[in-house]
Amino acid sequence: MARMKGEFSAASMADIAFLLLIFFLVATTMDIDTGLSRKLPPMPEPGAEQDDKQIKERNIFVVLINKDDRLLVGGEEIDIRQLREKAKEFIANPNNDPTLPEKTVKDVPYFGEVEVTKGIISLQNDNGTSYGMYIKVQNELAAAYNELRNELALSEFGKKLDELTDEQEDGIRKIYPQIISEAEPKNIGG
Amino acid sequence: MSKFKRKGKGGTPEISTASLPDIIFMLLFFFMVSTVMRETTLKIKVNVPGATEVKKLEKKSLVSYIYIGEPKPTFTKMYGSEPRIQLNDAFATVNDIRDYITTEREKMDEKERPFMTTSLKVDEHTRMGIVTNVKQELRKASALKINYSTREVENVYGGL
Repeated sequence: MARMKGEFSAASMADIAFLLLIFFLVATTMDIDTGLSRKLPPMPEPGAEQDDKQIKERNIFVVLINKDDRLLVGGEEIDIRQLREKAKEFIANPNNDPTLPEKTVKDVPYFGEVEVTKGIISLQNDNGTSYGMYIKVQNELAAAYNELRNELALSEFGKKLDELTDEQEDGIRKIYPQIISEAEPKNIGG
Repeated sequence: MSKFKRKGKGGTPEISTASLPDIIFMLLFFFMVSTVMRETTLKIKVNVPGATEVKKLEKKSLVSYIYIGEPKPTFTKMYGSEPRIQLNDAFATVNDIRDYITTEREKMDEKERPFMTTSLKVDEHTRMGIVTNVKQELRKASALKINYSTREVENVYGGL
């Protein structure tokens, strides 16, 4: 009895491929990680002297979060929704208010001599603060910077921040540098 | 005599399935190329908080992950329900972080080491105490670039 040579059914090929496909569908992750990037300050050298540079009170924007996730900003209790506006006002200081931070003149490419704020945002949280709240505050502060940068980009170049060239973006980042300082951990209670 | 024979009697002709394997193979290759294997099995519940100002985390080879959250129900008997740290596949304590960072750093290319990023995947109900301790350890290990992993959402006020 002669057998047909070199012929096999390809009908099950689809099933095999399906099986593999389902395996890969289950075993894989497609999500791209997103998040807020931050840089931690380096650990002070042991024995090194504490850098007690005095900063004027008007140049610091203190954000305290207590263990009940309530906010104390610049001495008054506020809601998280107000934080963005407050932070923007602090960073930009549009009317040169003497209670808001000072400015120094800096030479920035594309812009020439501009006034750059000396303001520092100081963020302090309690050990009992929830991480969700902490991220919300970080997010609001980042949003304040991003909104200011975007406004500047629109008024200066007529484009949004992410449409600018790298040099232009660097210039804007120099005008509104994101300085968020986090205090050494301590219990602030509340 | 008509030149053209009428095929069948108006019934629907069957679709050829000969090209089905090719289509499936195409899909298969797409998924094979575009996916990354799940590396760790999570033993803890991590539901990361939402944020609006998120940035994409690029170059996965430069990223090492630290997970913090409550142990999953199957592990609560052994480990309790307090938030715990997970590194790779095992539960860990704050003291293990420095060793973990060192081994992760050694796996990398010399050139890439300065760009090493640590991604913190922390559950939103965790208290900051443990997160602060982890951050202090990262500073001691001089892994200073960190990324708080978040979901992208439209607004963060929902539920407040």
